[in-house]
Amino acid sequence: MAADDVYILGIKMTKFGKHPDKDVVDLAAEAAMAALADGGVTMADMQILAAGNLMGRGAIGQAIQKQIGQTGIPVYNVSNACATGATALRTVIMSIKAGESDMGLAVGVEKLAGAGLLGAGGTAKKDKNEWTPEGRFGAIAPIDGRIGTEAMPGTFAQVGMEYGHKYGGASFEVFARISEKNHGHSTLNPLAAYTKAMSLDQIMSDVMIAYPNTRSMCSANCDGAAAAVLVSGEKLKTLSDEQRRRAVKVRASILTSDPWQEACQVLPDVNTLTKLAAKRAYEQAGVGPEDLDLVELHDCFATAELVHYDNLGLCGEGDAVDFFESGAPFRTGKLPVNVSGGLQSKGHPIAATGIANVWEICHHLRNEAGDRQIEGARIGLAHVIGLASACGIHILESSGAR
Amino acid sequence: MRRLGPIPDDTPRTPRHVEPVTGRRGSDGENGNAFAPVGNVAPVSTETASRVPLVSYLRLEPTPHLVANECTSCGARFFDRRNACAACFATEFRSVDIPTEGELVSFTIVTFAAPGVPVPFVAGVVKCGTTSVRGNIVNIAADPEHVQLGMRVRLTTTSLGTDDNGAEGIGFGFEPA
Repeated sequence: MAADDVYILGIKMTKFGKHPDKDVVDLAAEAAMAALADGGVTMADMQILAAGNLMGRGAIGQAIQKQIGQTGIPVYNVSNACATGATALRTVIMSIKAGESDMGLAVGVEKLAGAGLLGAGGTAKKDKNEWTPEGRFGAIAPIDGRIGTEAMPGTFAQVGMEYGHKYGGASFEVFARISEKNHGHSTLNPLAAYTKAMSLDQIMSDVMIAYPNTRSMCSANCDGAAAAVLVSGEKLKTLSDEQRRRAVKVRASILTSDPWQEACQVLPDVNTLTKLAAKRAYEQAGVGPEDLDLVELHDCFATAELVHYDNLGLCGEGDAVDFFESGAPFRTGKLPVNVSGGLQSKGHPIAATGIANVWEICHHLRNEAGDRQIEGARIGLAHVIGLASACGIHILESSGAR
Repeated sequence: MRRLGPIPDDTPRTPRHVEPVTGRRGSDGENGNAFAPVGNVAPVSTETASRVPLVSYLRLEPTPHLVANECTSCGARFFDRRNACAACFATEFRSVDIPTEGELVSFTIVTFAAPGVPVPFVAGVVKCGTTSVRGNIVNIAADPEHVQLGMRVRLTTTSLGTDDNGAEGIGFGFEPA
């Protein structure tokens, strides 16, 4: 029977950081076992498994089964850039909505500690010294560094600078202060990879990677996993009071890709598909940005966080700098953003990120977030975007809210 | 507004040495398939033999300029080939010249890059008429005092060095107009 309502029954993330003693399967299994225990269920209850490990060799779902329980259920191995975790989550949600299953497990995992610069082009082959056009653009040499930059810090730097050019007000210092906010938030998150507050001066005088993004304004490559158990509303009714009380309702689950825009082949357009996803998510949830109690958005770089205030409708068009200056996105502000510390300090183990941000929201909606609890949080939004591009948005609501 | 620390006051426009590339000929665009992409840019052989453009959408004659495949139906432009227009799904394209002057609408100064990529360099997006173009900003100090959003820039070429056949690789960038 097709399900109208889907809930998160159990959800967990591992500590993000360096896990030299654990491989991706160990980390994924740790998150999956914890999510199952959090939901009070076992692999025997799961009817679908969706799993992602972007930089891995594939078939991570089957490897997880071998580690924690093989029952013959369908496995979907998903890959969708930085939206991989959100895509795994949504795959299970779709299965439950379609009535194919009433309970399922989504897992995202990455080992990325020490990975360095992501997205940068490879070096030239050295067999013979001859200019030979190759590939889609007939290039005779690698274009990274010769025709702009392929690496992520510079790509997202341009995303923020473009916003600044269009609307004004953005500066190196504004971007750095966004980073200062998130590093400050991370001090209250024991699962973050980095939990040190950083001063504005420390951030601005840190190693420059791609102006205006210094090292501490870039997402932290690290290891980590996150997993969630999802359940249909009908099935949830048969579970215990405790399980029903802690269940978090999925009010919206949206995935978008790039609609054509003039410049999207030149500089990735992270704006249009995020605006599209936000519009659909608010429609599906029947809520607006003014109803949100907290937001976890994809701050892969400080320059990205600014544009997503606007893209998610947290402020009016072009008002992102004013929104930040108002203090709204601080933990004590009107609409806290990235209370977890965000990708800049919590870390960004790619495929885990799109479930870990949902975990952070659930943590608050269940009133279990301890020192960093947003008091009375009822509705939250989790956003990820992966280049190429894919954008995932989930809007979540505590069960106690209705 | 705070500025970043010391960045060398010059922008390297050419690599220190030629990076050779193997002589593999791609099969792209040669398959004769009915669904083969249309609107391919002309082969490199039309250019002067002793000068080879960095990419096939850079034309050196009569004067250096960029070309794009334009959808004849909706006008969307692509620097590579498409089987159908990504904007309107039509399948007819024509080659159009891109204006050589434009406005810098975004940039970054890359100071940390993959091995073999000389830094610092300025990467930017230039709006040439109605078309956004990706490229390096050259012949300017690589610092935010000199590189300014909204500045006018024009296309220029850079030398990538010569190969074993004596052919010179020619790159492009945008310099202050």
